[in-house]
Amino acid sequence: MNIPQGLFYSSSHEWIKIEGEKVTLGITDFAQHHLGDIVFVEVPELNSEVNVGDSIAVVESVKAVSEIYSPVSGTIIAVNEELEESPELLNEDPYKNYIAVIEVSNEIETEKLMSAKDYEAYCIEEEKK
Amino acid sequence: MTKLIFEKHIAEANTFELPPLEVPEVGLSETVPEHLLRENATVIPEVSEVELIRHYTELSNRAYGVDNGFYPLGSCTMKYNPKINEWASRLPGFAQIHPYQPRETVQGAMQILYELGKMLGEITGMDHFTLQPAAGAHGEMAGVMMIKAYHNKRGDFKRTKMMVPDSAHGTNPATANVVGFDVIEIKSNDRGLVDLDDLKAKMSDEVAGLMLTNPNTLGLFEEEIQEIAAVVHEGGGLLYYDGANLNAIMGICRPGDMGFDVIHLNLHKTFATPHGGGGPGSGPVGIKDFLADFLPKPIVIKKGDSYSFDYDRPDSIGRVKNFYGNFGVIVKAYTYIMAVGSEGLKDACQQAVLNANYLRYHLQKKYHIPFDRLCKHEFVITARNQMESNHVATLDIAKRLMDYGYHPPTVYFPLIVKEAMMIEPTETESRERLDSFIAAMDEIAREVRENTQIVLDAPHTTVIGRVDEVTAARSPIVKWEE
Amino acid sequence: MKFTPNPPAVVEAMLNDIGLKNLDDLFTDINEDLKQKHQQEFVKNGLSEIEIREHMKKLAGRNSNVDDYPTFLGAGAYDHYIPAVIEQIMWRSEFYTAYTPYQAEISQGILQAIFEYQTLICNLTGMDVSNASMYDGGSALAEACKLASMHTKRRKILVPETVHPEYMEVLKTYGISGIMEIVPVPCNEGTYSADTFISMIDKETAAAIVQQPNFFGNLEEVTKIEEAIHQNKGLLIMAVDPISLAVLKAPGDLGADIAVGEGQSLGNSLSFGGPYLGFFAATNKLMRKIPGRIVGQTLDTRGQRAFVLTLQAREQHIRREKANSNICSNQALNALAASIYLVAVGSKGLKEIAVRSHQLAHFAEVQLKKQGVELLYNKPYFREFAVKMDDPAFMNHKLLENGMIGGYELPGAMLLAFTEKRTRAEIERLAFVLGGLEND
Repeated sequence: MNIPQGLFYSSSHEWIKIEGEKVTLGITDFAQHHLGDIVFVEVPELNSEVNVGDSIAVVESVKAVSEIYSPVSGTIIAVNEELEESPELLNEDPYKNYIAVIEVSNEIETEKLMSAKDYEAYCIEEEKK
Repeated sequence: MTKLIFEKHIAEANTFELPPLEVPEVGLSETVPEHLLRENATVIPEVSEVELIRHYTELSNRAYGVDNGFYPLGSCTMKYNPKINEWASRLPGFAQIHPYQPRETVQGAMQILYELGKMLGEITGMDHFTLQPAAGAHGEMAGVMMIKAYHNKRGDFKRTKMMVPDSAHGTNPATANVVGFDVIEIKSNDRGLVDLDDLKAKMSDEVAGLMLTNPNTLGLFEEEIQEIAAVVHEGGGLLYYDGANLNAIMGICRPGDMGFDVIHLNLHKTFATPHGGGGPGSGPVGIKDFLADFLPKPIVIKKGDSYSFDYDRPDSIGRVKNFYGNFGVIVKAYTYIMAVGSEGLKDACQQAVLNANYLRYHLQKKYHIPFDRLCKHEFVITARNQMESNHVATLDIAKRLMDYGYHPPTVYFPLIVKEAMMIEPTETESRERLDSFIAAMDEIAREVRENTQIVLDAPHTTVIGRVDEVTAARSPIVKWEE
Repeated sequence: MKFTPNPPAVVEAMLNDIGLKNLDDLFTDINEDLKQKHQQEFVKNGLSEIEIREHMKKLAGRNSNVDDYPTFLGAGAYDHYIPAVIEQIMWRSEFYTAYTPYQAEISQGILQAIFEYQTLICNLTGMDVSNASMYDGGSALAEACKLASMHTKRRKILVPETVHPEYMEVLKTYGISGIMEIVPVPCNEGTYSADTFISMIDKETAAAIVQQPNFFGNLEEVTKIEEAIHQNKGLLIMAVDPISLAVLKAPGDLGADIAVGEGQSLGNSLSFGGPYLGFFAATNKLMRKIPGRIVGQTLDTRGQRAFVLTLQAREQHIRREKANSNICSNQALNALAASIYLVAVGSKGLKEIAVRSHQLAHFAEVQLKKQGVELLYNKPYFREFAVKMDDPAFMNHKLLENGMIGGYELPGAMLLAFTEKRTRAEIERLAFVLGGLEND
C-alpha cells in the first residue's frame, strides 16, 4: 500500500497536502483499492464555499460509493476536471490525481489529521474489520 | 447475438389498422394550435406481427423465472406463483374496470380491497391496512411517514432520527433518509441479533423509532424482540416491521403481538404474486389503531353490504400513488389466501422453514456458516473456505451455479457478513430439488479445489458470459442509437 | 389447496435427517407466549380450485366492465385498445415469474426488453435518458420534483392547479420529507395563466410543473414558462400523456429537463387503477441522479453485446442512508406491455390512434352542443374535455341505465374522454342522454 510521507491523512481516507493557505486533497491508495474500479467522480463546483466536514465530491465505483469530506473551511479554487472524463485516473495514481484545491479561510486543524505513519497503522486496523 | 427490435425494422412492415372513420374528418391543425403540434414523427421500429411475437418469445427464452427452476434468492421469497391467481386477475370484471367508475359498478372489487385488508390484519395482528403502496419500499415510505405524522401531531418535533440495524435491507436506511430522518445504525451482536445494549445506549427522545426485520436478514429470529419493543416504546419511539421475511413466521406468530406498531408486507413475496421481472409488486401497510388517522386516503369502508371510499380523513398523510393500489396484484394475493386458507399459510411457513434448515444442515459440510444454528426461512453461508484455499469468491460460485441450471442466491448481502450467500429455498421446493441443489453446491466446492479455473471463468452455458460492468457505468449507453 | 410439494412422509424424513422430531422443533427460538393461540377467522382450510373459480367469478360479476359498458371515463386512465399480442406475451412465465435482472447472464431477455423500453420512451418524449419505469404517473412526478429539489438545492415546486388533483395529493405527501415545498399556482380558466405562473417563479424555485394535456384535457402554453424557469436556473418538469405525444410537441423539443407520465394507455389494462407504470426520462445532465433502475449496454467476456443494470451507485442497496430515492422495483411487466404496444401499433398506428381519439372527441363536442350541452372551458383540448352539468352524479346514473359508464364528476361539470374504441353510435347515445333526450 502506498502512503507517501509529507501528506496528512483523514479517517475517511482522504490525503491532504498543505502549502501555506492552499490545501490540495484527493483519495488514498487504500480508498481506491477498496472502492475498486472507479466509474464516476462528481467534482465540486469551482469557487464554491465549503465548511469543515462538508461533502464536496462523490466517488463511485460499480458497487460502492464514497463521499469526500473537506477537512477545512474555505473556497474551492481548483478542481480536477479531468476526472469527469477519466475517473480511472484515481485508480491509476490517486496521489498524482487530486480532486480539488481549497483556499483556506481560517486556521487548519491538523490535530484531527494523521501522519503517514499513523495512517498506516489505522489502515491495518481497518483491514482487520 | 439477439438483434434489438430496432434492428429488425422494415419500412411498412407494420400493418396495424383502425376501423373505418365513421365521423366527419377534422384536421388536427383545425382544432389544435399549430405551434403545439409535433413536427417529427415518433421513432418506433416497424415489424410484422409474427416477427414481433418471435422477438419477444426469443427474449423470454433468454430469461429465467421460478417456472424455469430453483430460485433461492434470499429475502426475495421466490415461491411458486399459482396459476389460478393469474387467471383470476385477468377476469374482465377485474382487469377491465376503470378506477373512477360509479361505486355501485365496482362493489366486487371494493369487497376484495376490504376483505384482503381484514385478512392481512388477522395474519399479522394489526388493526388496519392500506393497500395503496405499490411495492415494499413504497410501503416503507408510507409507514415511516405515518410515524413522522404521529410524532408531529403530538407536537414532538424533536424526534428526527430513525434507528436501523446494520443487517437491515438497504431500503430501510434509504426510506428513513427519504422521509427526512437521520439514520442511527444499531450494531449486531455476536449471535447476529440486535445488540440490546447498543440499542439502549442509542435510544433517546430524539429517536422516532426502530425499523426491524424479524427474522432478520441472516434468517435469525430476534429472540429478544419483546425487550427490544419495550426499550423503543419506553423511549417514546415506534416500532416498524419490515415484512420482507414474513414467510418465516406466518401462522406461527404475529408482528402485532411482538409489539410492532407499523408494518409493511410484500404481496409479491409472502403471498405468492409473481415478481414480474422486477415489478409490479404491492406493499400493503398495517398499523395499530392509534395510528389509524394517519393512513393514506382513501380507505375502503363497509356499511351494511355496501362498500365505499372514505376520503374525509384530515390527518391522513395523503396519497402515495394514484387510485387505490396495484389492484391486479391485490386480486392475486386475495385468490392465494382464499385458496390455501389459514391452515395453508401456516403449512407454507413450516415447510419454508423446514426447507431452509434442511439446506443449511447439508451445505454446512462444505461451506462456512457464520451463524450455525436453527434458522427461519433463510440462512447465510459464505465462500470463506473457498477464498482461503483457492481465492474463489462468492461471485464465482454464484456464476458457476448458473451452469448447473440454478438461479444464484442473493450475494454479498447482508453487508455484515463477508462473501455472503443468502439462501431462501421457500416452501414450494421438493426434497428432490433441494437434494440436487445440494449436490451441485458440493460439486462446485470440489471444482474449486480440483478445477478452479472452471469456476473462475463461469458461467459457460449461459447466452452471455460475465459482463463488463465498469465500462457500462463509466461510459453509459442507455438507449439504442443508429 | 396447497402448493407445498413434499407429502407428510417426506416431511418426516427430512425432519429426521436434520435431527428434529416435529415441525414445532423448527420454532423453538420463538418465545412461547408469542405463539398464536387462536384460529384465524377467515377461510380455514382453503378452497379447491373449482370453488375458487366460482368465488372469484362471482366477485368479478359484481363489477360492470368496460367491455360490456362503453365508457367515457379518462382523468388519468384511458380505455385504449389493447392488441391481442400483448396478452400472449404477458402469459410467458419466463417474464412474469422472474426476479429483478441482477444476474445479467441469465436475465438478458428482460434486460434487453428494458433497454428497448428505455429507447422507445426516449424517442417518444424526445429526452436523452429514461429509467426502467416507476410505480405510476403520480409517483414518477413526485420523484421528479424530489430530484429537482436536490439538483438545484432549492425547495419550491410550482404546481398549477390544472395538474391532476391526485398527482397534487401525491406531491404533497412526498413533501412530508421536508426536502420540497409544493406551491400551487392558482388557475381558474381550465389552463394556467402564464403571467401568474411566471410571477411566482423566483430564485428559490426548484421546478415548474406543466401537465400536457392538463387534467381537464386542455392544452397549456409551455414556451413562456420554459423561458422563465430556465432564466431562474430552475428545472422544467413536464407530465405528459404518451398517446398524445404522437401528435403533440415532445417535452424534449419544448426544453423540458424531466418528462414523466402515466404509461397505462400503452397497452395496460385499466385494472381498477393499477398496476400501471410511470415513465421517467431526463436530459443527459441529470443521468447520474435519476431515481430507479437503468439498463445499459456493454460487452461480455466473449466480446458479445450484453445488457446489464448500470449506474447502480445511485440506488438504495448501495447508497443506503445517502440514497435520494428508496425505490427498488420498476414496473417491469407493465413496461414490457408498453414496449410491445408501441411496436404493435407502430409510429403510424400511434398517430392514427391519437388522431382518431381526438376526432371522436371533436365529433362528441359537436353532438353535445347540438343537444344544448355546453363546454366548461372553450380552450383547445386533446381527446378529453369537460362539459357543464348541474348534477353529474345523476347523469352518470342515467348513462348507466342506458348501458354506458359516463365521465368523471367535477363540481357542476363532467369530464369526458374519447378513445379510438368509441363508436359514432355510442357518442350519439351519450349526447342524447346528456341532452336530456333519454333513449329508452
